[in-house]
Amino acid sequence: MRIKTNLALYGMLVPGIILTIVFHYLPMAGLVIAFQDYKPWLGFSRSPWVGLDHFRTAFTRPDALQVIWNTFIIACMKIIVNLAVPVLFALLLNEIRKVAFKRTVQTLVYLPHFLSWVILGGIITDMLSSQGVINKLLMPLLGLQPYLFLADGDWFRAIVVVTENWKEFGFSTIIFLAALSNVDPSLYEAAEVDGANRWQQTLTVTLPAIVPIIVVIGTLAMGSILNAGFDQIFNLYNPLVYEKGDIIDTFVYRVGLLSSQFGLATAVGLFKSGVGFVMIALAYFLAKRLANYRIF
Amino acid sequence: MYYKSTGYRIFNVANIVFLSIISIACILPLIHVLAISFSSGLAVDANKVTFWPVEFTIDSYKRTFADSDFVGSFINSLLRIVLGVSIGIIVTVLTAYPLSKMEKLKGGKPLAWFFVFTMLFSGGLIPTYIVIQKLHLMNTIWAIVLPNALGIYNMILMLNFFRGIPKELEEASLIDGAGHYATLFRIYVPVSMPSIATIVLFITITHWNAWFDALIYLKKEQWPMSTLLQTLVKAPDPSQHMTAEEAMMLTERTLKAAKLFVGTAPILLVYPFLQRYFVKGMVLGAVKG
Repeated sequence: MRIKTNLALYGMLVPGIILTIVFHYLPMAGLVIAFQDYKPWLGFSRSPWVGLDHFRTAFTRPDALQVIWNTFIIACMKIIVNLAVPVLFALLLNEIRKVAFKRTVQTLVYLPHFLSWVILGGIITDMLSSQGVINKLLMPLLGLQPYLFLADGDWFRAIVVVTENWKEFGFSTIIFLAALSNVDPSLYEAAEVDGANRWQQTLTVTLPAIVPIIVVIGTLAMGSILNAGFDQIFNLYNPLVYEKGDIIDTFVYRVGLLSSQFGLATAVGLFKSGVGFVMIALAYFLAKRLANYRIF
Repeated sequence: MYYKSTGYRIFNVANIVFLSIISIACILPLIHVLAISFSSGLAVDANKVTFWPVEFTIDSYKRTFADSDFVGSFINSLLRIVLGVSIGIIVTVLTAYPLSKMEKLKGGKPLAWFFVFTMLFSGGLIPTYIVIQKLHLMNTIWAIVLPNALGIYNMILMLNFFRGIPKELEEASLIDGAGHYATLFRIYVPVSMPSIATIVLFITITHWNAWFDALIYLKKEQWPMSTLLQTLVKAPDPSQHMTAEEAMMLTERTLKAAKLFVGTAPILLVYPFLQRYFVKGMVLGAVKG
Protein backbone atom coordinates (compact mmCIF):
# COMPACT_ATOMS: atom_id res chain seq x y z
CA MET A 1 0.00 0.00 0.00
CA ARG A 2 2.76 2.39 1.04
CA ILE A 3 4.81 1.53 -2.02
CA LYS A 4 1.83 1.98 -4.30
CA THR A 5 1.06 5.45 -2.94
CA ASN A 6 4.70 6.48 -3.16
CA LEU A 7 4.79 5.27 -6.75
CA ALA A 8 2.31 8.07 -7.45
CA LEU A 9 5.02 10.53 -6.51
CA TYR A 10 7.15 9.31 -9.43
CA GLY A 11 4.14 9.47 -11.72
CA MET A 12 3.75 13.15 -10.97
CA LEU A 13 7.29 13.83 -12.12
CA VAL A 14 6.71 12.30 -15.57
CA PRO A 15 5.43 15.43 -17.40
CA GLY A 16 8.22 17.57 -15.98
CA ILE A 17 10.87 14.98 -16.84
CA ILE A 18 9.63 14.58 -20.41
CA LEU A 19 9.54 18.34 -21.00
CA THR A 20 13.00 18.76 -19.51
CA ILE A 21 14.52 15.96 -21.58
CA VAL A 22 12.97 17.17 -24.82
CA PHE A 23 13.57 20.90 -24.47
CA HIS A 24 16.72 21.02 -22.35
CA TYR A 25 18.70 17.79 -22.63
CA LEU A 26 18.09 17.17 -26.34
CA PRO A 27 19.54 20.62 -27.19
CA MET A 28 22.56 19.74 -25.03
CA ALA A 29 23.07 16.67 -27.23
CA GLY A 30 22.68 19.00 -30.20
CA LEU A 31 25.85 20.76 -29.11
CA VAL A 32 27.72 18.18 -31.22
CA ILE A 33 27.21 20.49 -34.18
CA ALA A 34 29.88 22.73 -32.68
CA PHE A 35 32.26 20.02 -33.95
CA GLN A 36 30.48 19.46 -37.26
CA ASP A 37 29.97 21.17 -40.54
CA TYR A 38 26.25 20.96 -39.86
CA LYS A 39 23.98 20.76 -42.87
CA PRO A 40 20.28 20.84 -42.04
CA TRP A 41 19.47 18.37 -44.83
CA LEU A 42 22.06 15.88 -43.54
CA GLY A 43 21.17 16.16 -39.85
CA PHE A 44 23.30 15.43 -36.81
CA SER A 45 24.28 11.93 -37.81
CA ARG A 46 25.48 12.48 -41.38
CA SER A 47 27.00 15.97 -41.24
CA PRO A 48 30.79 15.82 -41.61
CA TRP A 49 32.98 16.22 -38.53
CA VAL A 50 35.39 19.13 -38.46
CA GLY A 51 36.90 18.76 -35.02
CA LEU A 52 37.86 22.03 -33.40
CA ASP A 53 37.76 24.11 -36.59
CA HIS A 54 34.89 26.30 -35.44
CA PHE A 55 36.64 27.05 -32.16
CA ARG A 56 39.81 27.94 -34.04
CA THR A 57 37.80 30.30 -36.26
CA ALA A 58 36.07 31.80 -33.23
CA PHE A 59 39.31 32.51 -31.43
CA THR A 60 41.08 33.99 -34.44
CA ARG A 61 38.26 36.11 -35.84
CA PRO A 62 38.84 39.59 -34.39
CA ASP A 63 35.12 40.30 -34.14
CA ALA A 64 34.51 37.11 -32.14
CA LEU A 65 37.31 37.91 -29.70
CA GLN A 66 35.96 41.44 -29.34
CA VAL A 67 32.51 40.03 -28.59
CA ILE A 68 33.85 37.79 -25.82
CA TRP A 69 35.70 40.73 -24.29
CA ASN A 70 32.61 42.99 -24.55
CA THR A 71 30.51 40.36 -22.84
CA PHE A 72 32.99 39.94 -20.02
CA ILE A 73 33.48 43.64 -19.39
CA ILE A 74 29.77 44.56 -19.52
CA ALA A 75 28.84 41.63 -17.27
CA CYS A 76 31.57 42.54 -14.76
CA MET A 77 30.46 46.16 -14.55
CA LYS A 78 26.88 45.02 -14.08
CA ILE A 79 27.79 42.57 -11.33
CA ILE A 80 29.65 45.19 -9.31
CA VAL A 81 27.06 47.94 -9.68
CA ASN A 82 24.14 45.55 -9.18
CA LEU A 83 25.62 44.41 -5.89
CA ALA A 84 26.71 47.77 -4.48
CA VAL A 85 23.61 49.82 -5.24
CA PRO A 86 21.00 47.50 -3.68
CA VAL A 87 23.10 47.09 -0.52
CA LEU A 88 23.43 50.88 -0.12
CA PHE A 89 19.77 51.40 -0.95
CA ALA A 90 18.68 48.77 1.56
CA LEU A 91 20.83 50.38 4.26
CA LEU A 92 19.29 53.79 3.61
CA LEU A 93 15.76 52.43 3.41
CA ASN A 94 16.33 50.55 6.65
CA GLU A 95 16.83 53.86 8.43
CA ILE A 96 13.29 54.93 7.62
CA ARG A 97 10.88 54.32 10.47
CA LYS A 98 7.70 55.57 8.78
CA VAL A 99 6.19 52.33 7.47
CA ALA A 100 3.93 54.04 4.91
CA PHE A 101 6.84 55.91 3.33
CA LYS A 102 9.00 52.80 3.29
CA ARG A 103 6.28 50.80 1.59
CA THR A 104 5.63 53.50 -1.02
CA VAL A 105 9.33 53.68 -1.88
CA GLN A 106 9.49 49.90 -2.22
CA THR A 107 6.42 49.73 -4.43
CA LEU A 108 7.85 52.35 -6.80
CA VAL A 109 11.37 50.95 -7.08
CA TYR A 110 10.29 47.34 -7.70
CA LEU A 111 8.06 48.30 -10.60
CA PRO A 112 10.60 48.48 -13.46
CA HIS A 113 11.66 44.88 -12.72
CA PHE A 114 8.36 43.66 -14.14
CA LEU A 115 8.56 45.58 -17.39
CA SER A 116 10.20 43.95 -20.37
CA TRP A 117 13.28 45.23 -22.17
CA VAL A 118 11.11 45.65 -25.24
CA ILE A 119 9.08 48.32 -23.45
CA LEU A 120 12.02 49.83 -21.63
CA GLY A 121 14.21 49.70 -24.75
CA GLY A 122 11.49 51.63 -26.57
CA ILE A 123 11.27 54.21 -23.81
CA ILE A 124 15.03 54.63 -23.41
CA THR A 125 15.77 54.91 -27.13
CA ASP A 126 13.03 57.52 -27.44
CA MET A 127 14.35 59.53 -24.52
CA LEU A 128 17.94 59.41 -25.81
CA SER A 129 17.17 60.04 -29.49
CA SER A 130 18.03 63.37 -31.08
CA GLN A 131 14.42 64.48 -30.60
CA GLY A 132 14.11 62.92 -27.14
CA VAL A 133 13.60 64.65 -23.84
CA ILE A 134 17.26 64.34 -22.81
CA ASN A 135 18.67 66.04 -25.90
CA LYS A 136 15.93 68.60 -26.38
CA LEU A 137 15.31 69.62 -22.78
CA LEU A 138 17.88 68.36 -20.31
CA MET A 139 21.08 69.03 -22.26
CA PRO A 140 20.21 72.65 -23.19
CA LEU A 141 19.14 73.18 -19.57
CA LEU A 142 22.60 72.12 -18.43
CA GLY A 143 24.20 74.22 -21.16
CA LEU A 144 25.44 71.15 -23.05
CA GLN A 145 25.34 70.22 -26.71
CA PRO A 146 22.90 67.49 -27.77
CA TYR A 147 24.63 64.14 -28.12
CA LEU A 148 23.60 60.82 -29.64
CA PHE A 149 24.46 58.64 -26.67
CA LEU A 150 23.30 55.40 -28.24
CA ALA A 151 25.58 55.91 -31.23
CA ASP A 152 28.74 56.01 -29.09
CA GLY A 153 30.17 52.69 -27.89
CA ASP A 154 31.54 53.92 -24.56
CA TRP A 155 28.32 55.71 -23.71
CA PHE A 156 26.41 52.66 -24.84
CA ARG A 157 28.16 50.48 -22.26
CA ALA A 158 27.52 53.03 -19.53
CA ILE A 159 23.86 53.27 -20.50
CA VAL A 160 23.53 49.49 -20.50
CA VAL A 161 24.94 49.26 -16.96
CA VAL A 162 22.94 52.20 -15.60
CA THR A 163 19.61 51.20 -17.11
CA GLU A 164 20.01 47.58 -16.03
CA ASN A 165 20.68 48.80 -12.52
CA TRP A 166 17.75 51.20 -12.68
CA LYS A 167 15.50 48.29 -13.68
CA GLU A 168 16.72 45.76 -11.13
CA PHE A 169 18.10 47.45 -8.02
CA GLY A 170 14.72 47.74 -6.31
CA PHE A 171 14.09 44.07 -6.75
CA SER A 172 17.51 43.03 -5.47
CA THR A 173 16.99 45.29 -2.47
CA ILE A 174 14.25 42.96 -1.19
CA ILE A 175 16.74 40.30 -0.16
CA PHE A 176 19.02 42.69 1.71
CA LEU A 177 16.07 44.36 3.42
CA ALA A 178 14.88 40.96 4.58
CA ALA A 179 18.33 40.22 5.98
CA LEU A 180 18.36 43.60 7.74
CA SER A 181 14.97 43.01 9.32
CA ASN A 182 16.34 39.79 10.82
CA VAL A 183 19.07 41.56 12.77
CA ASP A 184 18.52 41.05 16.49
CA PRO A 185 17.35 44.41 17.97
CA SER A 186 19.11 43.66 21.26
CA LEU A 187 22.44 44.04 19.42
CA TYR A 188 21.55 47.65 18.66
CA GLU A 189 20.49 48.23 22.25
CA ALA A 190 23.76 46.80 23.49
CA ALA A 191 25.71 49.00 21.07
CA GLU A 192 23.76 52.00 22.21
CA VAL A 193 24.48 51.28 25.85
CA ASP A 194 28.13 51.19 24.87
CA GLY A 195 27.69 54.68 23.45
CA ALA A 196 27.75 53.89 19.75
CA ASN A 197 26.07 56.42 17.50
CA ARG A 198 24.06 55.32 14.50
CA TRP A 199 27.02 55.36 12.15
CA GLN A 200 29.05 53.19 14.51
CA GLN A 201 26.05 50.88 14.94
CA THR A 202 25.86 50.51 11.18
CA LEU A 203 29.53 49.59 11.01
CA THR A 204 29.59 47.21 13.95
CA VAL A 205 26.12 45.64 13.93
CA THR A 206 24.30 46.11 10.63
CA LEU A 207 27.08 45.46 8.15
CA PRO A 208 28.51 42.33 9.81
CA ALA A 209 24.96 40.97 10.01
CA ILE A 210 24.39 41.19 6.27
CA VAL A 211 27.88 40.25 5.10
CA PRO A 212 26.95 36.55 4.64
CA ILE A 213 24.07 37.38 2.31
CA ILE A 214 26.24 39.85 0.40
CA VAL A 215 28.82 37.08 -0.02
CA VAL A 216 26.17 34.64 -1.26
CA ILE A 217 24.66 37.06 -3.78
CA GLY A 218 28.12 38.22 -4.86
CA THR A 219 29.53 34.74 -5.44
CA LEU A 220 26.38 33.53 -7.17
CA ALA A 221 26.55 36.57 -9.47
CA MET A 222 29.94 35.29 -10.68
CA GLY A 223 28.01 32.55 -12.42
CA SER A 224 26.63 35.14 -14.83
CA ILE A 225 30.05 36.42 -15.84
CA LEU A 226 29.24 35.79 -19.51
CA ASN A 227 25.59 36.84 -19.27
CA ALA A 228 25.61 40.46 -20.28
CA GLY A 229 21.86 40.52 -20.98
CA PHE A 230 20.62 39.55 -24.43
CA ASP A 231 17.19 41.16 -24.10
CA GLN A 232 18.54 44.48 -23.02
CA ILE A 233 21.39 44.79 -25.52
CA PHE A 234 19.29 43.50 -28.40
CA ASN A 235 16.65 46.14 -27.73
CA LEU A 236 19.07 49.02 -27.26
CA TYR A 237 21.89 48.55 -29.72
CA ASN A 238 22.39 49.45 -33.37
CA PRO A 239 25.16 48.76 -35.90
CA LEU A 240 27.04 51.89 -34.79
CA VAL A 241 27.89 50.36 -31.41
CA TYR A 242 28.44 46.72 -32.43
CA GLU A 243 32.15 47.12 -31.80
CA LYS A 244 31.75 47.83 -28.10
CA GLY A 245 28.22 46.63 -27.48
CA ASP A 246 27.94 43.30 -29.28
CA ILE A 247 27.89 40.37 -26.83
CA ILE A 248 28.09 36.60 -27.23
CA ASP A 249 24.32 36.11 -27.23
CA THR A 250 23.62 38.76 -29.84
CA PHE A 251 26.59 37.51 -31.90
CA VAL A 252 25.26 33.94 -31.79
CA TYR A 253 21.88 35.16 -32.98
CA ARG A 254 23.31 37.17 -35.87
CA VAL A 255 25.95 34.70 -36.99
CA GLY A 256 23.86 31.61 -36.29
CA LEU A 257 20.28 32.38 -37.20
CA LEU A 258 20.64 35.36 -39.53
CA SER A 259 23.64 34.13 -41.52
CA SER A 260 23.08 30.40 -40.90
CA GLN A 261 26.62 29.61 -39.71
CA PHE A 262 25.24 27.03 -37.29
CA GLY A 263 28.56 25.41 -36.44
CA LEU A 264 30.45 28.59 -35.61
CA ALA A 265 27.57 30.08 -33.62
CA THR A 266 27.12 26.86 -31.66
CA ALA A 267 30.84 26.72 -30.88
CA VAL A 268 30.74 30.24 -29.48
CA GLY A 269 27.55 29.36 -27.58
CA LEU A 270 29.18 26.21 -26.19
CA PHE A 271 32.15 28.26 -25.04
CA LYS A 272 29.75 30.54 -23.20
CA SER A 273 27.78 27.66 -21.64
CA GLY A 274 31.01 25.92 -20.65
CA VAL A 275 32.58 28.94 -18.98
CA GLY A 276 29.22 29.78 -17.39
CA PHE A 277 28.91 26.28 -15.97
CA VAL A 278 32.40 26.27 -14.51
CA MET A 279 31.79 29.68 -12.96
CA ILE A 280 28.42 28.69 -11.49
CA ALA A 281 29.81 25.46 -10.09
CA LEU A 282 32.65 27.42 -8.54
CA ALA A 283 30.22 30.02 -7.23
CA TYR A 284 27.99 27.42 -5.56
CA PHE A 285 31.01 25.75 -4.07
CA LEU A 286 32.27 29.08 -2.70
CA ALA A 287 28.83 30.13 -1.45
CA LYS A 288 28.52 26.82 0.36
CA ARG A 289 31.99 27.17 1.86
CA LEU A 290 31.77 30.84 2.79
CA ALA A 291 28.16 31.21 3.84
CA ASN A 292 26.74 27.70 4.08
CA TYR A 293 24.37 28.29 1.17
CA ARG A 294 22.27 25.44 -0.23
CA ILE A 295 19.91 25.41 -3.22
CA PHE A 296 17.41 23.13 -1.48
CA MET B 1 18.79 57.77 21.68
CA TYR B 2 20.68 58.32 18.45
CA TYR B 3 17.67 59.46 16.47
CA LYS B 4 17.20 62.50 18.68
CA SER B 5 20.65 63.86 17.87
CA THR B 6 20.88 66.81 15.47
CA GLY B 7 23.23 65.00 13.15
CA TYR B 8 20.85 62.09 12.75
CA ARG B 9 17.90 64.41 12.18
CA ILE B 10 19.72 66.11 9.33
CA PHE B 11 20.66 62.71 7.91
CA ASN B 12 17.07 61.57 8.21
CA VAL B 13 15.66 64.51 6.25
CA ALA B 14 18.36 64.16 3.58
CA ASN B 15 17.69 60.44 3.41
CA ILE B 16 13.95 60.94 2.92
CA VAL B 17 14.55 63.48 0.17
CA PHE B 18 17.10 61.21 -1.53
CA LEU B 19 14.90 58.12 -1.39
CA SER B 20 11.96 60.12 -2.72
CA ILE B 21 14.01 61.33 -5.69
CA ILE B 22 15.20 57.80 -6.47
CA SER B 23 11.67 56.40 -6.23
CA ILE B 24 10.29 59.05 -8.56
CA ALA B 25 13.18 58.42 -10.97
CA CYS B 26 12.00 54.81 -11.22
CA ILE B 27 8.65 55.78 -12.71
CA LEU B 28 9.39 59.08 -14.48
CA PRO B 29 10.27 57.45 -17.83
CA LEU B 30 6.90 55.68 -17.77
CA ILE B 31 5.07 58.91 -17.00
CA HIS B 32 6.96 60.61 -19.81
CA VAL B 33 5.82 58.01 -22.32
CA LEU B 34 2.28 58.18 -21.01
CA ALA B 35 2.33 61.97 -21.41
CA ILE B 36 3.63 61.69 -24.99
CA SER B 37 0.97 59.15 -25.89
CA PHE B 38 -1.80 61.53 -24.82
CA SER B 39 -0.31 64.61 -26.47
CA SER B 40 -0.74 65.89 -29.99
CA GLY B 41 2.00 65.19 -32.50
CA LEU B 42 2.60 68.92 -32.86
CA ALA B 43 3.19 69.42 -29.16
CA VAL B 44 5.58 66.47 -29.04
CA ASP B 45 7.34 67.80 -32.12
CA ALA B 46 7.81 71.16 -30.41
CA ASN B 47 9.21 69.39 -27.33
CA LYS B 48 6.59 70.80 -25.02
CA VAL B 49 5.85 67.42 -23.44
CA THR B 50 7.67 66.21 -20.36
CA PHE B 51 5.47 64.69 -17.69
CA TRP B 52 2.05 66.07 -18.49
CA PRO B 53 0.09 65.74 -21.77
CA VAL B 54 -0.01 68.88 -23.92
CA GLU B 55 -2.99 69.39 -26.23
CA PHE B 56 -4.60 66.29 -24.82
CA THR B 57 -5.85 63.81 -27.39
CA ILE B 58 -6.55 60.10 -27.58
CA ASP B 59 -5.88 59.98 -31.31
CA SER B 60 -2.84 57.76 -30.97
CA TYR B 61 -4.87 55.22 -28.99
CA LYS B 62 -7.66 55.33 -31.58
CA ARG B 63 -5.13 54.64 -34.30
CA THR B 64 -3.50 51.89 -32.22
CA PHE B 65 -6.73 50.03 -31.69
CA ALA B 66 -7.78 50.49 -35.30
CA ASP B 67 -4.59 48.66 -36.32
CA SER B 68 -5.69 45.11 -37.05
CA ASP B 69 -2.13 43.71 -36.69
CA PHE B 70 -1.90 45.17 -33.22
CA VAL B 71 -5.31 43.90 -32.09
CA GLY B 72 -4.49 40.50 -33.58
CA SER B 73 -1.24 40.37 -31.65
CA PHE B 74 -3.13 41.13 -28.46
CA ILE B 75 -5.34 38.09 -29.06
CA ASN B 76 -2.22 35.99 -29.73
CA SER B 77 -0.81 37.19 -26.41
CA LEU B 78 -3.98 36.16 -24.59
CA LEU B 79 -3.89 32.70 -26.17
CA ARG B 80 -0.24 32.34 -25.21
CA ILE B 81 -0.99 33.33 -21.62
CA VAL B 82 -4.01 31.04 -21.23
CA LEU B 83 -2.16 28.00 -22.58
CA GLY B 84 1.21 28.89 -21.07
CA VAL B 85 -0.10 29.59 -17.59
CA SER B 86 -2.43 26.61 -17.33
CA ILE B 87 0.16 24.11 -18.58
CA GLY B 88 2.93 25.85 -16.67
CA ILE B 89 1.25 25.87 -13.27
CA ILE B 90 0.10 22.23 -13.57
CA VAL B 91 3.60 20.98 -14.44
CA THR B 92 5.18 23.18 -11.77
CA VAL B 93 2.88 21.94 -9.00
CA LEU B 94 3.16 18.31 -10.14
CA THR B 95 6.95 18.49 -10.11
CA ALA B 96 7.33 20.48 -6.91
CA TYR B 97 5.14 18.21 -4.77
CA PRO B 98 7.16 14.98 -5.05
CA LEU B 99 10.43 16.87 -4.77
CA SER B 100 9.22 18.49 -1.55
CA LYS B 101 8.94 14.98 -0.08
CA MET B 102 12.55 13.96 -0.41
CA GLU B 103 12.30 11.51 2.51
CA LYS B 104 9.73 9.43 0.63
CA LEU B 105 11.23 9.81 -2.80
CA LYS B 106 14.07 7.41 -3.35
CA GLY B 107 16.59 9.01 -5.66
CA GLY B 108 15.01 12.38 -4.97
CA LYS B 109 18.30 14.25 -4.76
CA PRO B 110 19.57 13.17 -8.21
CA LEU B 111 16.11 13.84 -9.63
CA ALA B 112 16.16 17.36 -8.21
CA TRP B 113 19.59 17.93 -9.74
CA PHE B 114 18.29 16.60 -13.04
CA PHE B 115 15.99 19.64 -13.09
CA VAL B 116 18.36 22.17 -11.54
CA PHE B 117 21.14 21.26 -13.96
CA THR B 118 19.15 22.93 -16.76
CA MET B 119 19.60 26.23 -14.92
CA LEU B 120 23.37 25.76 -14.92
CA PHE B 121 24.04 24.51 -18.42
CA SER B 122 22.15 24.78 -21.65
CA GLY B 123 22.44 23.77 -25.25
CA GLY B 124 22.12 27.38 -26.25
CA LEU B 125 20.22 29.09 -29.02
CA ILE B 126 21.15 27.15 -32.14
CA PRO B 127 20.74 23.55 -30.87
CA THR B 128 17.45 24.50 -29.21
CA TYR B 129 16.27 26.05 -32.45
CA ILE B 130 17.18 22.90 -34.37
CA VAL B 131 15.33 20.69 -31.85
CA ILE B 132 12.18 22.81 -32.17
CA GLN B 133 12.50 22.56 -35.94
CA LYS B 134 13.02 18.77 -35.92
CA LEU B 135 9.96 18.32 -33.70
CA HIS B 136 7.93 20.25 -36.29
CA LEU B 137 6.90 22.82 -33.70
CA MET B 138 7.83 25.76 -35.95
CA ASN B 139 4.88 28.06 -36.59
CA THR B 140 2.81 26.41 -33.86
CA ILE B 141 1.98 27.96 -30.52
CA TRP B 142 3.60 24.96 -28.78
CA ALA B 143 7.03 26.29 -29.74
CA ILE B 144 6.50 29.18 -27.34
CA VAL B 145 4.43 27.37 -24.70
CA LEU B 146 6.19 24.06 -24.08
CA PRO B 147 9.95 24.72 -23.93
CA ASN B 148 9.82 26.65 -20.67
CA ALA B 149 6.56 25.26 -19.31
CA LEU B 150 8.50 24.12 -16.26
CA GLY B 151 10.27 27.13 -14.83
CA ILE B 152 12.85 25.70 -12.45
CA TYR B 153 12.98 28.86 -10.35
CA ASN B 154 9.20 28.83 -9.87
CA MET B 155 9.36 25.12 -9.13
CA ILE B 156 11.89 25.70 -6.33
CA LEU B 157 9.67 28.45 -4.87
CA MET B 158 6.66 26.11 -4.96
CA LEU B 159 8.72 23.30 -3.45
CA ASN B 160 9.67 25.53 -0.53
CA PHE B 161 6.06 26.56 0.01
CA PHE B 162 5.02 22.90 0.09
CA ARG B 163 7.77 22.12 2.57
CA GLY B 164 6.37 24.75 4.90
CA ILE B 165 3.01 22.95 5.12
CA PRO B 166 2.71 20.92 8.38
CA LYS B 167 3.41 17.21 7.87
CA GLU B 168 0.38 16.29 10.00
CA LEU B 169 -1.96 17.45 7.24
CA GLU B 170 -0.43 15.02 4.79
CA GLU B 171 -0.28 12.17 7.29
CA ALA B 172 -3.93 12.60 8.23
CA SER B 173 -4.89 12.57 4.60
CA LEU B 174 -2.83 9.45 3.81
CA ILE B 175 -4.23 7.63 6.86
CA ASP B 176 -7.74 8.46 5.64
CA GLY B 177 -6.83 6.45 2.57
CA ALA B 178 -6.23 9.26 0.14
CA GLY B 179 -3.44 8.76 -2.38
CA HIS B 180 -0.82 11.38 -3.18
CA TYR B 181 -2.89 12.85 -6.02
CA ALA B 182 -5.87 13.39 -3.73
CA THR B 183 -3.62 14.79 -1.02
CA LEU B 184 -2.03 17.18 -3.47
CA PHE B 185 -5.20 18.45 -5.10
CA ARG B 186 -7.58 18.38 -2.10
CA ILE B 187 -5.21 19.48 0.68
CA TYR B 188 -1.99 21.03 -0.61
CA VAL B 189 -3.33 23.03 -3.53
CA PRO B 190 -6.21 24.66 -1.57
CA VAL B 191 -3.91 25.43 1.36
CA SER B 192 -1.26 27.03 -0.85
CA MET B 193 -3.60 29.12 -3.02
CA PRO B 194 -1.74 32.38 -2.23
CA SER B 195 1.58 30.85 -3.32
CA ILE B 196 0.01 29.39 -6.43
CA ALA B 197 -1.48 32.79 -7.21
CA THR B 198 1.99 34.32 -6.92
CA ILE B 199 3.47 31.82 -9.34
CA VAL B 200 0.53 32.20 -11.73
CA LEU B 201 1.25 35.92 -11.79
CA PHE B 202 4.96 35.29 -12.36
CA ILE B 203 4.24 32.97 -15.29
CA THR B 204 1.66 35.40 -16.70
CA ILE B 205 4.14 38.27 -16.68
CA THR B 206 6.86 36.10 -18.20
CA HIS B 207 4.58 35.14 -21.07
CA TRP B 208 3.32 38.70 -21.54
CA ASN B 209 6.88 40.02 -21.73
CA ALA B 210 8.43 37.22 -23.81
CA TRP B 211 9.12 38.17 -27.40
CA PHE B 212 12.26 36.50 -28.72
CA ASP B 213 10.95 32.94 -29.03
CA ALA B 214 7.97 34.08 -31.10
CA LEU B 215 10.29 36.16 -33.28
CA ILE B 216 12.36 33.14 -34.28
CA TYR B 217 9.75 30.35 -34.18
CA LEU B 218 6.51 31.92 -35.44
CA LYS B 219 5.10 33.69 -38.48
CA LYS B 220 4.33 37.38 -38.17
CA GLU B 221 0.57 36.90 -37.93
CA GLN B 222 1.10 34.55 -34.96
CA TRP B 223 3.23 37.01 -33.00
CA PRO B 224 2.18 38.09 -29.53
CA MET B 225 2.08 41.81 -28.81
CA SER B 226 5.54 42.04 -27.27
CA THR B 227 7.16 40.64 -30.41
CA LEU B 228 5.26 43.04 -32.64
CA LEU B 229 6.20 45.90 -30.31
CA GLN B 230 9.82 44.83 -30.44
CA THR B 231 9.94 45.13 -34.22
CA LEU B 232 8.26 48.54 -33.99
CA VAL B 233 10.75 49.74 -31.42
CA LYS B 234 13.72 48.38 -33.37
CA ALA B 235 12.54 49.94 -36.60
CA PRO B 236 15.10 52.54 -37.67
CA ASP B 237 14.71 55.63 -35.55
CA PRO B 238 13.33 58.31 -37.88
CA SER B 239 14.99 61.06 -35.89
CA GLN B 240 18.47 59.69 -36.59
CA HIS B 241 18.38 60.64 -40.23
CA MET B 242 16.89 64.05 -40.66
CA THR B 243 14.71 63.90 -43.76
CA ALA B 244 12.13 66.20 -45.21
CA GLU B 245 9.44 64.00 -43.79
CA GLU B 246 10.75 64.61 -40.31
CA ALA B 247 7.75 66.50 -39.03
CA MET B 248 5.39 63.82 -40.24
CA MET B 249 7.54 61.01 -38.87
CA LEU B 250 7.70 62.64 -35.49
CA THR B 251 4.02 62.16 -34.92
CA GLU B 252 4.94 58.49 -35.09
CA ARG B 253 6.44 59.05 -31.67
CA THR B 254 3.02 59.56 -30.14
CA LEU B 255 1.83 56.39 -31.81
CA LYS B 256 4.84 54.42 -30.61
CA ALA B 257 4.32 55.80 -27.11
CA ALA B 258 0.69 54.72 -27.13
CA LYS B 259 1.65 51.20 -28.21
CA LEU B 260 4.36 50.99 -25.59
CA PHE B 261 1.91 52.05 -22.96
CA VAL B 262 -0.66 49.48 -24.07
CA GLY B 263 2.14 46.92 -23.68
CA THR B 264 2.76 48.14 -20.14
CA ALA B 265 -0.83 48.52 -18.98
CA PRO B 266 -1.58 44.86 -18.13
CA ILE B 267 1.47 44.73 -15.87
CA LEU B 268 0.40 47.90 -14.09
CA LEU B 269 -3.02 46.30 -13.63
CA VAL B 270 -1.76 43.11 -11.99
CA TYR B 271 1.05 44.86 -10.11
CA PRO B 272 -0.97 45.66 -6.97
CA PHE B 273 -1.91 41.97 -6.61
CA LEU B 274 1.59 40.84 -7.40
CA GLN B 275 3.02 43.29 -4.88
CA ARG B 276 0.99 41.69 -2.09
CA TYR B 277 2.61 38.31 -2.51
CA PHE B 278 5.93 38.51 -4.22
CA VAL B 279 8.06 39.97 -1.45
CA LYS B 280 7.31 36.96 0.71
CA GLY B 281 7.86 34.59 -2.18
CA MET B 282 11.13 36.18 -3.23
CA VAL B 283 12.56 36.14 0.25
CA LEU B 284 11.49 32.54 0.78
CA GLY B 285 13.20 31.58 -2.44
CA ALA B 286 16.38 33.45 -1.78
CA VAL B 287 17.18 33.30 1.92
CA LYS B 288 16.29 30.06 3.55
CA GLY B 289 16.95 29.12 7.12
